[in-house]
Amino acid sequence: MAFKGAIVVDNEKCKGCGVCVANCPTGTLALAKHVNSRGYNYAYMAEPDKCIGCTNCATVCPDDVITVYKVKI
Amino acid sequence: MDVKDIIKPENMVYGKTKLLTDNILHYCPGCSHGVVHKLIAEVIDEMGIQDKTIGISPVGCAVFAYNYIDIDWEEAAHGRAPALATATKRLNPDKYVFTYQGDGDLASIGTAEIMHACNRGENIVVIFINNAIYGMTGGQMAPTTLLGMKTATTPYGRRADLNGYPLKITELIAQLEGTCYVTRQSVETAPAVRKAKKAIRKAFENSMMKKGTSFVEIVSTCNSGWKIPPVKANKWMEENMFPFYPLGDMKDR
Repeated sequence: MAFKGAIVVDNEKCKGCGVCVANCPTGTLALAKHVNSRGYNYAYMAEPDKCIGCTNCATVCPDDVITVYKVKI
Repeated sequence: MDVKDIIKPENMVYGKTKLLTDNILHYCPGCSHGVVHKLIAEVIDEMGIQDKTIGISPVGCAVFAYNYIDIDWEEAAHGRAPALATATKRLNPDKYVFTYQGDGDLASIGTAEIMHACNRGENIVVIFINNAIYGMTGGQMAPTTLLGMKTATTPYGRRADLNGYPLKITELIAQLEGTCYVTRQSVETAPAVRKAKKAIRKAFENSMMKKGTSFVEIVSTCNSGWKIPPVKANKWMEENMFPFYPLGDMKDR
């Protein structure tokens, strides 16, 4: 059974610490080149196809800005 | 499958708990405080004790904790959170009372309060954030600062002959008869966060069983104080803090 996931990052609240990027087991996440209104490079799904919805990124997020969605395929 | 087809309310597996308010945390990027706030909010939410929980916030970075978790809060003088928690718990024995303290608050100015509250076996939960530095005031040396660690007041590294030795306060507290659960956790990786959440939940459950004080230390990072970026700070913590502050349960009865 395989899973496919996707995340939604609250760009305005993200502080771009990069802890989610370091904890992503599949290398889905990266920090954006753009900044939000507070000047932080927010996290985003650089390679959405790789996401498996494991929730590791949301679990370690200090600002709780990540929502994770997951489906069976 | 397109991302838009996955992002639907019925597929959500992890989201912000309702107990956390929408305020943006004032902590620096990557600060462990945010994770611990989230864990406490999730545990309270899962146990369904929102209207029965009273938190005591400390003096330190977490002084504004009452802005972020939607429960009743009290604000203690520096280091006096365990004394306030004692009174609160004794007057409201049916409430869950917890203190949230940093290492400067708990291990330095509040040593007397925490020692005696734990020795009396007050039925409270103590969440202790140990980042080995005074974060809010600008990164000065704390009692828990490691030997050789550079801080604003020990610019050449902490020296044992001049500054004394780092204080393992959790080990001291584990010696006290009044405590029932003493553990040390961390929140730098997803498995560690899940373990820490279990520990916090157990501590909250213990506080209603009249077994004594539950003490949860979280070894944390202070990126601004250590002057290391968040991800590297987590690595630095694993390499330097964990050998001196080993993780695990020290006491569980």
